[in-house]
Amino acid sequence: MSETLLEVRNLKQYFPVKAGFGKRIPLKAVDDISLTVGRGETLGLVGESGCGKTTAGRSILRLYEPTAGEVIFDGEPVTAKNITHMRKRMQMVFQDPYSSLDPRMTVEDIIGEPLDVHHLCAGRGERRERVLELMSFVGLNAEHARRYAHEFSGGQRQRIGIARALAVDPQFIVCDEPVSALDVSIQAQVINMFEELQEKLGVAYLFIAHDLLVVHHISRRIAVMYLGKIVEIADADELNEHPVHPYTESLLSAVPIPDPDVTRARKRIILEGDVPSPLHRPSGCPFRTRCRCAVEQCAQECPALTDRGGGHQVACWVR
Amino acid sequence: MSEKLLSVQDLHTSFFTDAGEVQAVNGVSFDLDPGETLGIVGESGSGKSVTAYSILQILADTGRVVGGRILYKGQDLSAWSEKQMQGFRGKNCSIIFQDPMTSLNPVFTIGNQLNEAVVLHTERRGAEADARVRELLELVGINEAERRMRQYPFELSGGMRQRIMIAMALACEPDILIADEPTTALDVTIQAQILELIQSLQKKMGMAVILVTHDLGVIADLCDNIVVMYGGRICERGTAREIFYNPKHEYTKGLLRSIPNVNNMKKKLEPISGTPINMLNLPRGCAFCPRCGAAMKICLTQAPQELVINDEHKAACWMNVKEACEEVRAQ
Repeated sequence: MSETLLEVRNLKQYFPVKAGFGKRIPLKAVDDISLTVGRGETLGLVGESGCGKTTAGRSILRLYEPTAGEVIFDGEPVTAKNITHMRKRMQMVFQDPYSSLDPRMTVEDIIGEPLDVHHLCAGRGERRERVLELMSFVGLNAEHARRYAHEFSGGQRQRIGIARALAVDPQFIVCDEPVSALDVSIQAQVINMFEELQEKLGVAYLFIAHDLLVVHHISRRIAVMYLGKIVEIADADELNEHPVHPYTESLLSAVPIPDPDVTRARKRIILEGDVPSPLHRPSGCPFRTRCRCAVEQCAQECPALTDRGGGHQVACWVR
Repeated sequence: MSEKLLSVQDLHTSFFTDAGEVQAVNGVSFDLDPGETLGIVGESGSGKSVTAYSILQILADTGRVVGGRILYKGQDLSAWSEKQMQGFRGKNCSIIFQDPMTSLNPVFTIGNQLNEAVVLHTERRGAEADARVRELLELVGINEAERRMRQYPFELSGGMRQRIMIAMALACEPDILIADEPTTALDVTIQAQILELIQSLQKKMGMAVILVTHDLGVIADLCDNIVVMYGGRICERGTAREIFYNPKHEYTKGLLRSIPNVNNMKKKLEPISGTPINMLNLPRGCAFCPRCGAAMKICLTQAPQELVINDEHKAACWMNVKEACEEVRAQ
């Protein structure tokens, strides 16, 4: 059994966008990304809104049909044919705990639905037993099984979403911004739960978020995305202490740290302007228009991810 | 000490809903000096935004200030007429909101909307007003002012729209700028741009800023003084260093322990247990006591009074009384 659980190779996800006169141009939401997730590991995926991190997560689970590229799960390629079967092993937790739960279903039915779909329980009694077990796993009161989603707070709803994902006993979960809709005091509860579940069940996560401090806390490795491309992947601590790509560097310096002395002593690198539209992406390196060290070569050719030692991969011509 | 720029004294604001009276703000007091940056921090439902709206009297129809006074340069705002308040808003005190998309009018151009603010509050008209709009756009770092003035809000990015909002708020150089979660809807790199803009404008124009946010990082970065709110009351107030390095309220302590920081990356976070407060059903004693790990008997029945910790720090938590008693006993 290899150590790699999930391997994504040259994944591309383009969406056709109408451009007038019956013309369609591709919006390259995810453009040729490759990454691996080890067994029981957490890979953080960070980037600004519109960089394609959510699309990447959804394409991996084939919620979208990828334009090109391969996803290999546990040595087996994931295809349109075997995806139903594969979803027993890979699941997803969604960002918005308000819209991702069916308001007409009780908690018991929400958590039990994956069990029905995959025929994992023989009878009603067994199903109920499993649902209650899952509820206690994520810290929900078993008495609440008959309630509807709207009767719960945001943090509790996110727990329901997590219990649903865990129902099929997956080895891998894509967590798409699972804590960003929650209050600060509740975030820590949910982050801790993710960590505890990983220790107990050995499940691997692709943890997608824009909050770098949260991602750093939960992840072993972090991948940084910009305009559909991965610009840097490294060990979480390594990335925070020695960022190489100019984008990673400015992203990290822009995060306000909740510590007055530390955050005021830091030197900020403020990026000029906004992220360009993915419809009109710059030639060559996508970041060159906002980069302070861009050279001529950056406009001509897009740099590939290269290993700079110890698994620290960077896509940059200059550094 | 000279007169305070703004003084909020024992403010009570309630919303009268079908389910009953919701006491959103429950006895909040603070002062604001000219040029100061005050941070109001709290989670959703803590009453931080309602406090800000109460100052400007822009509450929703069901909401009303039911007690307390708000003094602007010594004058009581509650005695002012609606007409006077209209002058106060914009000229003396402006606000920028969280979501710049919903606070700009989608059917008017940027130039049109900025022009309105200038014409309403100043003597400038026509070309003179337009010149002022261009000046404002330059002030907030927007290039190609001419082109931007002809554009509609949907043509601009989130960061750009927030700059427009700031330009509008600064149209008549107010003494106080209230920023209600100004960067929550923005990405980190854009957030850094906007925060720096607010800081530099503050330096240039010498106005006071009230920054309302839930993000302790933003607060740590910008604020001189901090007010921590929970359940409509102030838990703790003090200088930024006092609040972050010497917290004296169990809620603040819990909050600081529960967020990922540079120092606790390898450790488990210590979350605050329980669920956020239900404002319809406030506890009798301290608002935080149902979630507090250190709650005592008295916390359940009696709301704590604010206690002076030192010159720069006050906190409303019974734990401090307990500690003080123990100290006295030990002596």
